[in-house]
Amino acid sequence: MKYVEADLKVRLYTVRLYKVRLDSRAIITAIAAMAIVTLLAPAISGQQGFRRTPGAVYDRDFPGKKSGPAPRRDISGIWEFANGGAEGIQADGAKAIPSDGKPEHELPFTPEGRKAFTANKPTFGFTQVPSALTNDPMPGCDPQGFPRIVLHNAHHEQIIQTTTQVVILYQFNKKWRSIWTDGRKLPSNPEVPAWEIKDSPPPEARFWGYSVGRWVDDYTFVADSNGFDDRTWLDNAGRPHSDALHIIETYHRVDADHLEKTITIDDPKYYTRPWVALDKMPYRLQSASLEIPEQECVPSETAKYNQLFASPAAK
Amino acid sequence: MRRMLVTLASCVVLLSSALAAHHATAVFDLGKRLTLTGTVTEWFWANPHCLLRFDVKNDNGETTHWVAETQAPPNMTPFGWSKQSFAVGDQIKVTLEPVKNGQPLGRILQVLLPDGKTLVAGAPAIPAGGAQQ
Repeated sequence: MKYVEADLKVRLYTVRLYKVRLDSRAIITAIAAMAIVTLLAPAISGQQGFRRTPGAVYDRDFPGKKSGPAPRRDISGIWEFANGGAEGIQADGAKAIPSDGKPEHELPFTPEGRKAFTANKPTFGFTQVPSALTNDPMPGCDPQGFPRIVLHNAHHEQIIQTTTQVVILYQFNKKWRSIWTDGRKLPSNPEVPAWEIKDSPPPEARFWGYSVGRWVDDYTFVADSNGFDDRTWLDNAGRPHSDALHIIETYHRVDADHLEKTITIDDPKYYTRPWVALDKMPYRLQSASLEIPEQECVPSETAKYNQLFASPAAK
Repeated sequence: MRRMLVTLASCVVLLSSALAAHHATAVFDLGKRLTLTGTVTEWFWANPHCLLRFDVKNDNGETTHWVAETQAPPNMTPFGWSKQSFAVGDQIKVTLEPVKNGQPLGRILQVLLPDGKTLVAGAPAIPAGGAQQ
């Protein structure tokens, strides 16, 4: 597309408009054209942003088709966002409450939490800075951790259920988490745990937290996590968390093809009340033979990118 | 009829700019478009962003070394891009959104290849600066 030429044509046409007599036919034509384009805009926009992983299926592939009943106590499988891969990209922060300056998206910071948020320098969101000035832990390929893995640039997940765990494999950096389902409790203080299981090591602060889960009904699995290392960010917009972070993760199997995920942030040191970061995010079950793409943070490649692009772009 | 077509084209161009501009990043001159013809010197298929390096000669024979980014490989393959998309020496026509500071840097919107095919970069939904993979 020749943007330069196209822009020029628009300007020339605008100039000519002043010279012609604007009869009613011209006005009606212009209004009709605007109406058509306005109606088409969402379709154009959707096509531009739509990515399809080879072999993946999305809700748009099955218009009007009703899914079968949900299996009981089963969230296993390979999952992708039901409306396309781009749905998981949360450049400006957690999808349910992005950092966009809108009053309704203001987080309930405590004074300590606001101080931590102000100290973070993200490259996106309402408080963004040029990339050369960021203190985001991710560019150097430091661990993204949980929940940022699902609140930033989220992609495929594969969920595996065993007799003692729900294991989630994440596309990004080929990371995984274990959610214990053997009845153990969260350690009340991850630093000094009153540990119940002799053969397991006590948990220390972790990038991925410590997680236990349970079925609250036949179609809803809830996980609680704590024991987080406070160096990670919650999302791409620099929302902070303290070492008191507690996360509630809800997976609801809606039907045979769909799973909804909700993430609630509960961090009394940094936030005055719990808040929802991901709200019933719909995923669609993929073929068991779908290959999850490789996506790695590579320090040497990042260094070259910063040298050739990020640093000179910020000068 | 001609009047209607021109009006329609104007609306499309104006709306396209609006659609592209909602992906805000700090370093880019949002909405600005440059179309450059040049020769590929490197295609770096990498994280967090792929980089296409190419040389552009002006009318005086002076060469500018451009570096243009795309998103990470897993975000490009669904749009038909690959490690083999470019070879050194390829003559290409790149449409990009340049950075604000005037350096020969930008993010790719599309590239016209020597064989006449066009690679489109898709929605520039992911931030720059290594913060995104």
